[in-house]
Amino acid sequence: MLKPIFEYTKGMLRVETNFCPGCTHGISHRLITETLDEMGKLGEAIGCGPIGCAVMAHKFMNVDMCECAHGRAPAVASGVKRVHPDNLVFTYQGDGDLASIGTAEIIHAAARGECFSTFFVNNAIYGMTGGQMAPTTLPGQRSTTSQTGRDTGKSGFPIRVCELLSTLDGAVYVERVALNSPAGVAKAKKAVRRAFDVQEKKLGFSFVEFVSACPTNWGLSPVAAVDFIKEKMLPYYPPGVFKSPQ
Amino acid sequence: MARFLVRIDENACKGCELCRNFCPKKLITVSAHINDKGYSPAEISREEECIGCMSCALMCPDGAISIYEEVSE
Ligand SMILES: Cc1ncc(C[n+]2csc(CCOP(=O)(O)OP(=O)(O)O)c2C)c(N)n1
Ligand code: SF4
Ligand code: SF4
Repeated sequence: MLKPIFEYTKGMLRVETNFCPGCTHGISHRLITETLDEMGKLGEAIGCGPIGCAVMAHKFMNVDMCECAHGRAPAVASGVKRVHPDNLVFTYQGDGDLASIGTAEIIHAAARGECFSTFFVNNAIYGMTGGQMAPTTLPGQRSTTSQTGRDTGKSGFPIRVCELLSTLDGAVYVERVALNSPAGVAKAKKAVRRAFDVQEKKLGFSFVEFVSACPTNWGLSPVAAVDFIKEKMLPYYPPGVFKSPQ
Repeated sequence: MARFLVRIDENACKGCELCRNFCPKKLITVSAHINDKGYSPAEISREEECIGCMSCALMCPDGAISIYEEVSE
């Protein structure tokens, strides 16, 4: 007899995603929907999707979703959660979406202690639009708008979103995880579960940052891209729990 | 010894090789042929050496890998 050890979750619809080969958006999508499935909440979760490469998340995740204007998912999720306080509500956002055009929305949703969960994909670049510099692009990192590498004298410094949000009293659970190894992915899954548990207990705003890869716009193979996470991203964006309810 | 089966849905595979990179036993290879999407899909070799660690499946962004354990009734 064959006992399944690992099967693709029914939280993901069986369709081809628009993601490039080796893009970790596929992993973060799975972690969220697999967790919702394990919690028996696929039917009642409500996602708020971003603009960016994950703009089609509602076609891939087997949950109800709203598509939000660029960066505004936390505002939409605040409204959805207030109207549906007993449903699990989450946003899924890239770094251009969340840390650039949507900076105000995420900070004020966290400050208000809105009781939803945000999943933040930090791939240090604008993926969908062709690899422009993001607020999270590393010092010296090349992008199509920083062709000789990000010059901090001209473009300033990358924003560490977990550190920033954890200063806000409304944010009760803040963790950064990295999708660059099987152990990192296993840890990320636990973080997703904790975020939803905090939300279920109505403790406040919960936030998980996935340090992610964009092989295409980094100009690296998928395997070299996960090495880049370890060698270049993690020293600037250290994984860890920044805040957790007692 | 537990025996594991690794099933790779070759038409879901985008040939990223993350599974190949992370298999601690180096059991995943890249096929010589091209799948429906135009990628060279991953293939399992020496399946009997699989330890069921799930590293490949955890890293697959496209849900192409399933793993089963053979158990007697
Ligand atoms: C109001 C508005 N401004 C700009 C854009 C163009 N735009 C589309 S996606 C994107 C950035 C996406 O980057 P990110 O959020 O990092 O997500 P990724 O694609 O890397 O996953 C931008 C600027 C837009 N769609 N709408
Ligand atoms: S451009 Fe980057 S973020 Fe967008 S799908 Fe491709 S690898 Fe993923
Ligand atoms: S990780 Fe998945 S998509 Fe990538 S080569 Fe392996 S089976 Fe194919």
